[in-house]
Amino acid sequence: MARRRLGLKISAGAVILFLYFPLAIIFLYAFTTQSSAFTFPPPGLTTRWIGVAAGNPQIWAALRLSLTVASVTTAIALVLGSLLAAAVYRTKFFGREAISFLVILPIALPGIVTGIALRSSIALLDVPFSMWTIVLGHATFTVVIVYNNVLARFRRLQGSLIEASMDLGASGWQTFRHILLPSLSTALLAGGLLAFALSFDEIIVTTFTAGQQETLPIWIFSSLFRPRARPVTNVVALAVVAVTALPILFAARLTRESGAPIAAGAPRGR
Amino acid sequence: MASVKTGATPLLRRLSSFFYRHPRVKLSLLLAPGLALLLGVYGGSLGALLLQSLYRLEEFTGLVVREPGFQSIGQLGERANLDIIVRTTVMAAAVTVGCAAIAFPLAYYMAKLASPRMRSLLYVLVLMPLWSSYLVRVISWKLILAKDGIFTWFVDRLGLGGALDFVLGAPVIGGPSISQSLFGMWIVFVYTWLPFMILPLEASLERVPDSLTEASEDLGGRPRATFRRVILPLALPGLIAGSIFTFSLTLGDFIIPTIIGNSTFFIGPVVLLQQGTAGNLPLAAAFSLVPIVIMTTYLLLAKRAGAFEAL
Repeated sequence: MARRRLGLKISAGAVILFLYFPLAIIFLYAFTTQSSAFTFPPPGLTTRWIGVAAGNPQIWAALRLSLTVASVTTAIALVLGSLLAAAVYRTKFFGREAISFLVILPIALPGIVTGIALRSSIALLDVPFSMWTIVLGHATFTVVIVYNNVLARFRRLQGSLIEASMDLGASGWQTFRHILLPSLSTALLAGGLLAFALSFDEIIVTTFTAGQQETLPIWIFSSLFRPRARPVTNVVALAVVAVTALPILFAARLTRESGAPIAAGAPRGR
Repeated sequence: MASVKTGATPLLRRLSSFFYRHPRVKLSLLLAPGLALLLGVYGGSLGALLLQSLYRLEEFTGLVVREPGFQSIGQLGERANLDIIVRTTVMAAAVTVGCAAIAFPLAYYMAKLASPRMRSLLYVLVLMPLWSSYLVRVISWKLILAKDGIFTWFVDRLGLGGALDFVLGAPVIGGPSISQSLFGMWIVFVYTWLPFMILPLEASLERVPDSLTEASEDLGGRPRATFRRVILPLALPGLIAGSIFTFSLTLGDFIIPTIIGNSTFFIGPVVLLQQGTAGNLPLAAAFSLVPIVIMTTYLLLAKRAGAFEAL
């Protein structure tokens, strides 16, 4: 029994190592001196690629676009997700079950389906590609994250609190401002952080809705097919990890303290 | 609780009492923006996808003919396209099996042996790669599997060069190097979707009562028998839930088959190629119906097997 326990412990540790080992490799090869090969061990280490990345205006433009898209997407997801959650919570209406299905559909279907579907309507309606076509695509699959987080919070929220506020003569707006919003705040923050990270990292759907524009993940992907200065890709990749991992860690903390499961809106990932 | 100020503007107060008296209006206003996006933009796009798949590409002019028909969907039945569909489905199945095998020890450890503190730490560690850095985690494999890269270095140090050559020499899964083989692609798929298998599996293992495994052991069941006849059947709902993710994600991915593997085609890259350089959006749309059909069938089968009730 004890031996089996130890065996399981070791293999569990091995799986965690396996999950994180590739990220360590990206880190290592952001500093290699080779510009077009990745031999192991690296022949030498240098920090010059950081400077090369920082001096590349394309990277800055891609970063700016990604940040804009992620911020606008997050704002839209926050508003639409919490409105939908508010509608589904406590009101019974025809088609309520259908809403939960509809909300989850964009993450339940493979990303490529969402992507090509949006691409099809862009083609049919002759919509020009812009930042907004990317944002619309991202909004479809981030709404569910805010929706799930806020709905979970609504369900744990005591209805009596709202009734008490009403009984004490507060208007609907006051109840919203002083009771509802404070109780929802951490759920909104967690949902928003997750939506931001997911949007910033997205590439599958974006590929179909971006046209010639380059978000940071699209820049990374296309840079894989350029033979020179490869470590620059790794430097940018590390930046993406930092921008997406920190909000998620923070969101995980928030949801753990409040008890709502962060996986409430587990993404199809892509 | 601090006293609530009654200083709301008359307009706001009038508005909120209006909504209070007209709950239907309030409800429609709450629903409208979300439905506009999900039904209008997303649902409409799915409709557009279906419509596109009924169009066809005129080969001589290279223009899309917007007349409904089944020519593009019919093209899926051609030998080469059928091969792509079968190859992608087999890969998805193999990836699912690989994920289940690797996810199991960690999921079991989290569910049954880890202390609560350890469990929540592991939970976050598994969750992080599920939520973030998808592309980064994939491209790192290009470095790991590169020629003279760290993978080959390890294989050589462990004296497994012969075994690797054997795998690479095998038909279908082999290739000139690990990053240019279907075996390599399988590794990367398994790695990338692993968290999606661990979490549902862990959730279902947590619900396996300890008394049952103990009873099995008391009755003389060897660990293997306990695993096969008690733990595995009870963990099945979690395995199925995880497999829905790993299957669906593999069917629809185009990043991994583009970066890793030889040039044999998978559904994802074909969709990308057809809608892009080939300019054949109808065929791309037809191809993307395949994952939808496969996943719908899969979900119906899973439902029939009772996987959802047990979840």
